[in-house]
Amino acid sequence: MSSLQFPFDVLSRTGAAASLPAPAVILDQDRKPLTKKEVSADHPTWCPGCGDFSVLALYFKLIERRKIWHEKITTVAGIGCSSRFPYFVQAHGAHYIHGRALPFATGVSLSRPDLHVFVFGGDGDAFSIGGNHFVHAARKNVKLTYVVMDNQVYGLTKKQTSPTSPIGYKSKTDIWGAADRPLNPMKLAITAGATFVARTTATNPNHVLEMMEAAMDHDGFSFVECLSECVEFYEGAFDAANPRKGGKFELISKEHDVTDEYAAYKLADAPWPGQFGIFYKAAKPTKNQNEAKIISDHRAKVAGQADWQILQKSFDRMK
Amino acid sequence: MSAVVEPPAPSSPSQPRPPAKITEAVIRLAGNSQDGIQAIGGFLARLAGRSEQEVMTFMTIPSTISGGPSIFQVRVGSGEVLTSGDEADLLMAFYQHSYNDHLSSLKPGGIVIYDSDHVTELKPENLEKYRHIGVAISSLTVEAIGGTGRDKGKNVFALGLLAKMFDLNIPKLTRLLEERFASKDASVLTNAMNAFNAGYNYELATAAQLFQFQPGQNVGQAQVVMSGNEALAWGLIAAGVRFGAGYPITPWSDIMELLRRELPKYGGMFIQCEDEIASISMAIGGSYGGRVAVTGSSGPGISLKTEALGWAVMAEMPLIVVDVQRGGPSTGMPTNIEQSDLNIAVFGGHGDSPRVVVAPATVEDCFYTAIEAVNVARKFSVPVIILTDQGIATRIEAFRLPDLQKLVQDISPDLSAVADHRPYDLTAPNGVTRHLAPGTRVASGKYPVVTGLEHDELGHPTGSGKLHTAMTSKRRNKLRRLADKIPLPTVFGSDHGNVLLVSWGSSQGPVQEAVKYAQAEGISVSSVHIKYVNPLPNGLDAIFSRFTHVLVVELNDEGLYGFGGQMTALLRSRYCDPKIVGLTKSDGLTWKIREILERVHTLTTKA
Ligand SMILES: Cc1ncc(C[n+]2csc(CCOP(=O)(O)OP(=O)(O)O)c2C)c(N)n1
Ligand code: SF4
Ligand SMILES: [Mg+2]
Repeated sequence: MSSLQFPFDVLSRTGAAASLPAPAVILDQDRKPLTKKEVSADHPTWCPGCGDFSVLALYFKLIERRKIWHEKITTVAGIGCSSRFPYFVQAHGAHYIHGRALPFATGVSLSRPDLHVFVFGGDGDAFSIGGNHFVHAARKNVKLTYVVMDNQVYGLTKKQTSPTSPIGYKSKTDIWGAADRPLNPMKLAITAGATFVARTTATNPNHVLEMMEAAMDHDGFSFVECLSECVEFYEGAFDAANPRKGGKFELISKEHDVTDEYAAYKLADAPWPGQFGIFYKAAKPTKNQNEAKIISDHRAKVAGQADWQILQKSFDRMK
Repeated sequence: MSAVVEPPAPSSPSQPRPPAKITEAVIRLAGNSQDGIQAIGGFLARLAGRSEQEVMTFMTIPSTISGGPSIFQVRVGSGEVLTSGDEADLLMAFYQHSYNDHLSSLKPGGIVIYDSDHVTELKPENLEKYRHIGVAISSLTVEAIGGTGRDKGKNVFALGLLAKMFDLNIPKLTRLLEERFASKDASVLTNAMNAFNAGYNYELATAAQLFQFQPGQNVGQAQVVMSGNEALAWGLIAAGVRFGAGYPITPWSDIMELLRRELPKYGGMFIQCEDEIASISMAIGGSYGGRVAVTGSSGPGISLKTEALGWAVMAEMPLIVVDVQRGGPSTGMPTNIEQSDLNIAVFGGHGDSPRVVVAPATVEDCFYTAIEAVNVARKFSVPVIILTDQGIATRIEAFRLPDLQKLVQDISPDLSAVADHRPYDLTAPNGVTRHLAPGTRVASGKYPVVTGLEHDELGHPTGSGKLHTAMTSKRRNKLRRLADKIPLPTVFGSDHGNVLLVSWGSSQGPVQEAVKYAQAEGISVSSVHIKYVNPLPNGLDAIFSRFTHVLVVELNDEGLYGFGGQMTALLRSRYCDPKIVGLTKSDGLTWKIREILERVHTLTTKA
């Protein structure tokens, strides 16, 4: 009982990694920025014309432009068409379960502050099954970037009503037209305490990139809603925001004070298709900073002691 | 009190009898939870630990926050203590209801000390069966502390009475009291000492027998005293776990509270989440980050975690899930013991999802099991469920101080670059691949995706039946290799005979004690304990074949078909042996030795 059946082992790598010699490491300053070819993996399985292609292309662009190395990005997603994202990116990634990508990504962000954590997903994933996680990740202000590709429908499961489907939208579960009031992602994010809240649309690539980049640079929970058309099940959903389809892409006025929560909330009330840009942005302590502070305060008290010595002190008190 | 050495007759009737030498005693304190009886129980346990004795406690706490009846039982022994004891030698009853409800837990001829301020109705037939000692505990406490009219401190007064009666080590006890109240206002300690001394000096000698413990067996060994939940949490820290996430639920919460409080000293953190699904997901995210992380729960919280657990199996992510079992299903019996989560631990979730399940037997075992579980999770890239229960979680035991310098592990991830990596490499020996943490450069430029979709070797989705078959076997085969490494448990008692009792988890103690009793009666009974529940060790069938009866003792229901509980079903499905039957119960309490012996008697007299 007081001996270990499975004692500690320094584990060697397994499989292919074990059989190949360790590579010569090129210093970061000598590395060339990654090309689109180097950051793309599987060819996306999305329907031709799906808005998600644009978001992916701009993610690649962001990686190239900001010279982020493969190993420094982690792409996390839940389940849905949009959530297939990690397979298309040539970097460490995790395709998790429906609605729970945020808590997973929180675990990565908190335990690995050296990584850029990006989370991608759909409106059902984010606001229905994952609604509560959205609220809590926002309120905790976890350092990560969350891009919700909102198509106002359940794409992967083939046309059911989503929490953002507008009233009257005819889906397979509301053949007479959706009756439940849709939720407003901007309002939800603001009230939940997100510290970066922005809105964009896949048909305006420059704006998508600008928003993603600003989100990445924000220290805290950064949320971007990106309207992304499902050409298969909700064609034309966002024409009203697309000048090429006769719509209007209206930027948030330069006068808007992004630190004013109430003004941001009001902006979110603008009639369809609403405005685009940064609704709200505030510098508040992040979960990562709070935990780091707790750790450094505690570590200061045990400075110079090995882990076993710290534990020994606790055990001595239980004698 | 076993092995009472009768003292010589007193020389003069007016003189108290000299103390009787005893090897062990079972003391039950019965009152209300707000009276601090847990605290005196804790003092007694701690004192025993410091006196190189063995000790085991048992307690009940009311499930309502407003308090209510509560007991604390301590069994202290100079020799081996396997259970907290069926029957008490001494009952300390603070109220009429404590007296009424717990008198029957006394051995015939046992002693009851009751608070005569509250206990007023004594049945004449009880007076014949048990030795009654009335002490006005409440009013004497008020008097000792200085008459504020409140009887706070009567627990310490009672401790004084017990200290006198059992000749406890006063300097050691005083030190414990001082340690306990060190952080409080000085008057608190003064009051406590006054109450303690009043109890100690109360004239009990003529009314009661005095006792003296034989010296403890564990001489020269430093011992630590703690609960199972504490041992498990400390074990995780020793194992190198530095990240965890959870949601409060009884009886799991103590573990998360301890980890939350302690991990920052080691550079780690434990996050309280919005629910159990978020908790397991966050812990998996932590493990993905490179270092085995922990989550845990009890009862309903475990049900919520099953989808994510399936992901960890599929994605082959190391993870620790602690399940402190309580009475179920649904909200069930939150503060009672049951071993009814074996099925969900082994099989819970959809699809074929092999995972490791290991069940510690004692408080000490909780500590070592935690380290082992982490090492198994790392080595086999698999979630490991540590299955404890309410009984082991809350009871206190003394055990030998572990060699921490040797045991404490550093399991930081290896982030050095690799030439290439396939997270689900089918050519890996025994199907064992290892997770490559993000942050690791892969020179081939091909990066792994970890996923819950069936996948190819790089983690990319596949609809191929061939790959699904290959990956399903990979996930299963690595546990077969683990099974090969699990040692066959040794038989307690003779390795062949009439009845073999099978225990798992916290039923080990009562089962082994039942074996000792039965052997003393000349009945051929042995036992075997299963710690690795999934996969099971190989070779149990050979042990079973040497006995006429195999009786699996577990705290759960006999099942729809009545042959036995969840472990019985697992063993039957593995060995197809109808000889394997179960002894089960669902009264929310630990096994009494008597209950096990009764069934052994029916089996042996029938045969
Ligand atoms: C627990 C669970 N419930 C249901 C599903 C089925 N499911 C998969 S994706 C999805 C909804 C997808 O909609 P959304 O998140 O908006 O993503 P989209 O496909 O539109 O990009 C559902 C219901 C699932 N995978 N897991
Ligand atoms: S179904 Fe809709 S959301 Fe899914 S890939 Fe096709 S167009 Fe895109
Ligand atoms: Mg959608």
